[in-house]
Amino acid sequence: MKPKWTLLAGAATLVALPVAAQKSSAEGIAEYRKMLEDGNPAELYEVKGEALWKQKRGPKNVSLEACDLGKGPGVVKGAWVELPRYFADTGRVQDVESRLVTCMSTLQGFDADKLAATPFGKGEMANITALATWISGQSRDMPFALSQAHPLERKFYALGEKAFYYRAGPMDFSCASCHGEEHKRIRLQDLPPLYKNPGDGLGIAAWPAYRVSNGQMWSMQLRLNDCLRLQRFPYPKFGSDVTTALAVYMGVNAKGAKSIAPALKR
Amino acid sequence: MMQITRVVLAGLAAAAVVAGCASGGMSQDLDAEFAAMMKSSFRDEGIAKTDRLQQDLAQAACSSPKPPAPEVAKRIEAEAMATIKWPTGGQYFGNWAAGEKLAQSGVGMAWNNETTDPSTNGGQCYNCHEISKQEISFGTIGPSLYHYGKNRGVKDVAAPESAPVVQYTWSKLWNSKAHVACSNMPRFGHMHLLNETQIRDLMSLLLDPRSPVNQ
Repeated sequence: MKPKWTLLAGAATLVALPVAAQKSSAEGIAEYRKMLEDGNPAELYEVKGEALWKQKRGPKNVSLEACDLGKGPGVVKGAWVELPRYFADTGRVQDVESRLVTCMSTLQGFDADKLAATPFGKGEMANITALATWISGQSRDMPFALSQAHPLERKFYALGEKAFYYRAGPMDFSCASCHGEEHKRIRLQDLPPLYKNPGDGLGIAAWPAYRVSNGQMWSMQLRLNDCLRLQRFPYPKFGSDVTTALAVYMGVNAKGAKSIAPALKR
Repeated sequence: MMQITRVVLAGLAAAAVVAGCASGGMSQDLDAEFAAMMKSSFRDEGIAKTDRLQQDLAQAACSSPKPPAPEVAKRIEAEAMATIKWPTGGQYFGNWAAGEKLAQSGVGMAWNNETTDPSTNGGQCYNCHEISKQEISFGTIGPSLYHYGKNRGVKDVAAPESAPVVQYTWSKLWNSKAHVACSNMPRFGHMHLLNETQIRDLMSLLLDPRSPVNQ
């Protein structure tokens, strides 16, 4: 897990490439991946996330090592590909980021509302992204296996499906406007079909991801936030039920697809 | 159709009440929970207010993997056709070069944009369509528009025989739902995404024999 600093410079020069590329973005990305091999800058965030998990922090000065991500306190391996799921202690269906807010609040004494209101990339939110990045990496190459056993998990799937097809706003867009058919693109960007299983390493199986185009580490909450911005919807609150329901819809549809998170993206 | 109309009239906030008096069961409970979820999950940010989540007839009827019933689709198309504002002074055309710039720009109407003034918006055409051959970065959600005018036999935009395609194209840009009830294409004129001058420029890009689209 030693980050390869020399490859970071390579990643920076790649930023200019998509403009000139005549091939599809999937081919382009496959090429970046090959060039970077296992030197994805997301590794830096994984290192940071692992350290944050183990470090005593917050008003209570404890680590997150007793945090239950769904497979029991402290179990990280395999947790990511089963999220979002129902948690009996909160009575809610939660994704990894919402669950981290719960653990940081209950175990470490952070103010949950303040955490959720922190902008992406800033303060504790940057830490939550790093933690989510590390947690996702602990399920690398594992197949998605969300539970639909609890009634709320089934309800969230149904709500997520409705949200996926919900057209509104000045441009009449829904998620399905871009992700409702196979083999479609926006400009050169391939769009995964998300109403079904898009396959290994696509859609939910690729986030968190390091974005070469802006040099940022993006969590699934931020990915959905920016989709909804481009849909010209109002602002989805961090960890809100609509974002969780959409993640349940995508995660259940992706059953069996292998996770490549944290991935490398345009 | 009744039910859809009532949901539209009542708006998102009151959808729970409407669901209660429509034909009952699980799906109506889900509709109410969905409305509550949408209400609690979003907040205003800049120009993007939560009232954007209220659906009109076309949006509500096209929010399902199943298309609406044919009579609903016909009604959406007829109502959309009635919204079309034909160009002031019968002037359908502007400048294709300005149209190309608009087609390139995907800017506008998001919460990080300053204003909803259409003159600051792009047309986002290349996001979904191939248009001129010079631009190789184009999307594929919509059909190719390369040779749009040429393929339709437009040699002179002012000629009487060009009138049907000229009027069709204007109406498609103004309100795409006039022709296809659940079209993916935004309603540029109807929803105030572009103004008349901008739509004239896009008309020229698509139909002018001198435009790169028709070379």
